[in-house]
Amino acid sequence: MTRDAVYDAVEEAAKETYVRALKVLPPDLKAALAHARETEIDETGKGFLDIMLENVAVAERETNLVCQDTGTVVFWLEVGEDCPLNLARVTAAMKAGTEQATLEHSLRPNAVHPITRKNTMTNTGRHLPAMHYEFVPGDDELAADALRIHCLPKGSGCENMSFLRMLIPADGVAGVKRFILECLVEAGPKPCPPTIVGVGLGGTADLCAALAKKAVLRPLGTHNDDPVVAALEDELFAAANELGIGPMGLGGHNTVLGVHVEWAHTHITQNPVAVNLQCWAARRSSAVVTPEGEVTYGF
Amino acid sequence: MASELKLTFPITDLDALRDLRAGQKLRVDGHVLGIRDATHIAMFDRGERPQMELRGAALIHTAPNVRKVGEGRYEKVCIGTTTSARMNRFTRGLLEQYGVRAIIGKGGLLADSLPVLSEFGGVYLAITGGAAALETTQIEEIEDVEFEELMPECLWKFRVRDFGPLTVAMDSHGHSLYEDVTAKARDKLAELVARF
Repeated sequence: MTRDAVYDAVEEAAKETYVRALKVLPPDLKAALAHARETEIDETGKGFLDIMLENVAVAERETNLVCQDTGTVVFWLEVGEDCPLNLARVTAAMKAGTEQATLEHSLRPNAVHPITRKNTMTNTGRHLPAMHYEFVPGDDELAADALRIHCLPKGSGCENMSFLRMLIPADGVAGVKRFILECLVEAGPKPCPPTIVGVGLGGTADLCAALAKKAVLRPLGTHNDDPVVAALEDELFAAANELGIGPMGLGGHNTVLGVHVEWAHTHITQNPVAVNLQCWAARRSSAVVTPEGEVTYGF
Repeated sequence: MASELKLTFPITDLDALRDLRAGQKLRVDGHVLGIRDATHIAMFDRGERPQMELRGAALIHTAPNVRKVGEGRYEKVCIGTTTSARMNRFTRGLLEQYGVRAIIGKGGLLADSLPVLSEFGGVYLAITGGAAALETTQIEEIEDVEFEELMPECLWKFRVRDFGPLTVAMDSHGHSLYEDVTAKARDKLAELVARF
């Protein structure tokens, strides 16, 4: 493979992960929705969950989009520590792939200038797609010289329900829990519950918000590897599902499908908390690209 | 659970929806008109009046995925429903100036839309958000479009069959199911916070 061809492979992977994410939901999410339907006690809530499950099946049968909101495209990249790819060229390829997907698949264009509201018509633009890079050691799943692309087309209904609070040490863990539950009540029906609650804890304001987004990407049923944080996830999950907001916010047991917390060390004077909600149609997909340009797709 | 009704839009009797009560399930035949943030801003903040008839109409909060097939002609790709709260400040204008009587959306209008629904006999109908693949199968055709310069946030005319299920979530008697749920959630929140 020539040096240029690998960037063509990255571009193709960006395009494919975007389209795949929009059409086929991950197995962990489908299982969580089915489980929510089994455990739902509210008749209205059961009705909404039935339609959600039916919709997932219709999207797969007709190879259509699960939701009409093609989102703001977010890419989270895990770069193996020995990966030889030029990240400036990777970034350009991700943008080109997003544009191709949008034009070839007649995807709804969502990216506008914040003042003039002029639409770029490509789902790309200044600083879009949003890109995050993380450098990781290799492991069994990702060779040290490879790149993993996570695509998260983020719908606006849930992205509009994003929150940041710069808590202080005196607020304690109780303050953290309280803020997160307040966010869920404030969001109510708007983010299309049952949601995945992405929480960033610690760091600085910008890092905290990015961690909340990373938390959304984690498959359901996984926990943070820090047992103290994992216990907080479980406690918040149980508490959130006592709120009674329910599917589509019209009542029921299933308000959230999961609570995921990602954390960073923070300043002695601070305890920032960010909440990034993800709708029930939690679209995500991934691809691993090797330096030889081989691409393997996953969720 | 209330049985499922069938309504056809547009309605000719503007008082026809006053009997609907929160919790009622229904499906819709006929036409629904797609509308969204930028469309409302054009109509009310810039005073651009559409040619399409909105009297007795059911609106739906959407900006669809479409394929252009000719001058002013579009095919559906994927059509679903967006969050209604952003369109809340236009409720009075739509019902009073244009004669709209039903708004289909997700997440609800805000409580200050309730007296407007009461005054004009309007209802808010909740659909399942995110269920666009299914919704698209219930839309037979895109018959008309206006404000194309706002693409994709145009005014769209969709012909629908068995569109739903929809739930009357806000009726013309001052009842909002969202207010019921939120009030209970706030009480529960206070109880949970006291435990922490």
